[in-house]
Amino acid sequence: MLRHVTELVNQHLDEVAALILFGVGFTMLLLDKNLIKKIIGFSMMDSGIYLFLASYGYIGGLRSAPVYTNGVTDPAAYVNPLPAGLVLTGIVVSVSVTAVMLGLTVRLYQRYHTLDMDEIAEQIRKEGK
Amino acid sequence: MILAWWQNLPLFLVLCPLMCGVACSALRGKASRCVTAAMCAAESAGMAVLLWYTASGNVSFTYAMGKIGAPFGNELRAGPAEALMGLGFTLVLTLSVTGGNRSLTEDVESKRMNLFGAMIGLLTAATAAIVFTNDLFTAYVFIEITTLSACALIGVTNRGRALFSSARYMVMNLLGSGLFLLGLSMLYALTGQLLFPQLASAVDALIAENRYSVSMYLSFLLMGLGLCIKSALYPFHTWLPDAYSNATAVSGALLSSLVSKLYIFLLIKIALRAAGEEAFIHRIGDVLFLYAAVGTVLGSVHALYQRKLSRVIAYSSVAQIACVYLGIALGSGEGIAAALFYILAHSAAKSMLFVTSHKLRRACGGADGLEDLRGAARRSPLAGLAFLAGACSLVGIPGLGGFAAKMYLAQAAIGGGGWRMPALLGLLAVSTTLNAAYMLRTALILYSRDKPAGEAGKPKARDAAFAAATAVMIGLNLFLGFCGRPVIELIHRGLALFS
Repeated sequence: MLRHVTELVNQHLDEVAALILFGVGFTMLLLDKNLIKKIIGFSMMDSGIYLFLASYGYIGGLRSAPVYTNGVTDPAAYVNPLPAGLVLTGIVVSVSVTAVMLGLTVRLYQRYHTLDMDEIAEQIRKEGK
Repeated sequence: MILAWWQNLPLFLVLCPLMCGVACSALRGKASRCVTAAMCAAESAGMAVLLWYTASGNVSFTYAMGKIGAPFGNELRAGPAEALMGLGFTLVLTLSVTGGNRSLTEDVESKRMNLFGAMIGLLTAATAAIVFTNDLFTAYVFIEITTLSACALIGVTNRGRALFSSARYMVMNLLGSGLFLLGLSMLYALTGQLLFPQLASAVDALIAENRYSVSMYLSFLLMGLGLCIKSALYPFHTWLPDAYSNATAVSGALLSSLVSKLYIFLLIKIALRAAGEEAFIHRIGDVLFLYAAVGTVLGSVHALYQRKLSRVIAYSSVAQIACVYLGIALGSGEGIAAALFYILAHSAAKSMLFVTSHKLRRACGGADGLEDLRGAARRSPLAGLAFLAGACSLVGIPGLGGFAAKMYLAQAAIGGGGWRMPALLGLLAVSTTLNAAYMLRTALILYSRDKPAGEAGKPKARDAAFAAATAVMIGLNLFLGFCGRPVIELIHRGLALFS
């Protein structure tokens, strides 16, 4: 049983790593109270998915990026460019999301002088009364 | 093949708002508001033209960007269903932005007004893109764009509360998009396709060979779960009440009637066009039904206990969204058509409630507590009338959109049979009773004869834009109530063209 599992993990090392990263990031984003740590969690979660996608785009062997310079027209010589394109788009999206989140965090910190979500909620509750 | 001129519309409906958004950020307050309003009106007109051509010819068409075909290209697709939903969304957007124009000048600093316009542009572009896209990854990108613009729309007032709600909204929505992206990546790894038609045939092939079935269902489940979190299905609704009630009236209207509904439409598109009912709705239908049933009841129960007007409206959204999911969980074509009709009816009523609630609060010196709002509707008669109409529509008084929506939902359940029929009919009865309990109670408080507690707001110049928008909104609700039949037939025709 254990051997079977080890074999499986060895065969799919990228996917396992990607899912662990996703899990860690997801949990941090969900459960951590600190806003900055939440953002770190978000970045980890997305990186996990990008690793997953990129590992599918990569095909082992002597394949190169699909840049047509050496006159080789056989598609078998190149890796699939589509997952790389998806990852690049995804990175752009997550960078902008991170920027907006950081901007919000700065605003909240300037106003409440803490990064703890619970403490901010407490202060807002007091403010309202 | 040469496209007819109107077949280029979907692309322009996505691109123009983006350009207008960019232009708005460079313009000054007043000019940017004019550009935004004009853009919204033009967008609705474009959708209407598209609806006219697709519905009269009963056609759907695909627009390949740059004429690059599958599997590498990116496609938009439009048919009667897409055009109708797009028209519904943009019409509500236009009416909310015009009707809430004055409330915006009160809530938003004038130097930030242009940024508000930019966010509206971004949201409109994302709406059109999610409605029309034929590609799963494009859908993901525009989901994130919707999230970003919605987050900015919540925080635009720059009050501490609004910023905090905006941060909470962002966190929950990022969890949802993360799950969606993971599901999408897994599905792509299994099938190698992202465009819906190719994806559907790849999924069918995998089902026929009985390969990777667990991973495939898991990927659909992850995507569905992500979209459920983002559209605030009951146990994942925690971000919603704060976000809706702390935002300005226009933002609340847009969030409840556009943003959360878009995700449901996308879910329906994925279910019907990419997965096939067998793979998606029949597998997770029972679970979805359970969540929706709990949400329908508990959302309304929460609304009963709220003491603030904006929070009553916000919690009623939770209950109504769960009702939409009930239709989807039926799994039949009728159920999904009823869900789409419910989306339209609820958007028309809820946006009206949000926009008028601001006027009512203003009439009582900005108070939000229900007790402080006694008699508010007598001070501001038009807003009171519109609120009453919206509340009656949500309860399901015959003649208004909400009644037709609930009737089609019940008809779909009766047509489907099985254990879901008595369950759904019972749930509809319970939810209608609860809706009546909190909505009519609120309306009665607003119309009570007691002297309002707060200072009367300063008498202001007539707000013609608000009056016009409110009149059109009431008309829209009446139209959906009295002429629901052609609309639902149109939805059926559009859904028939989906596969």
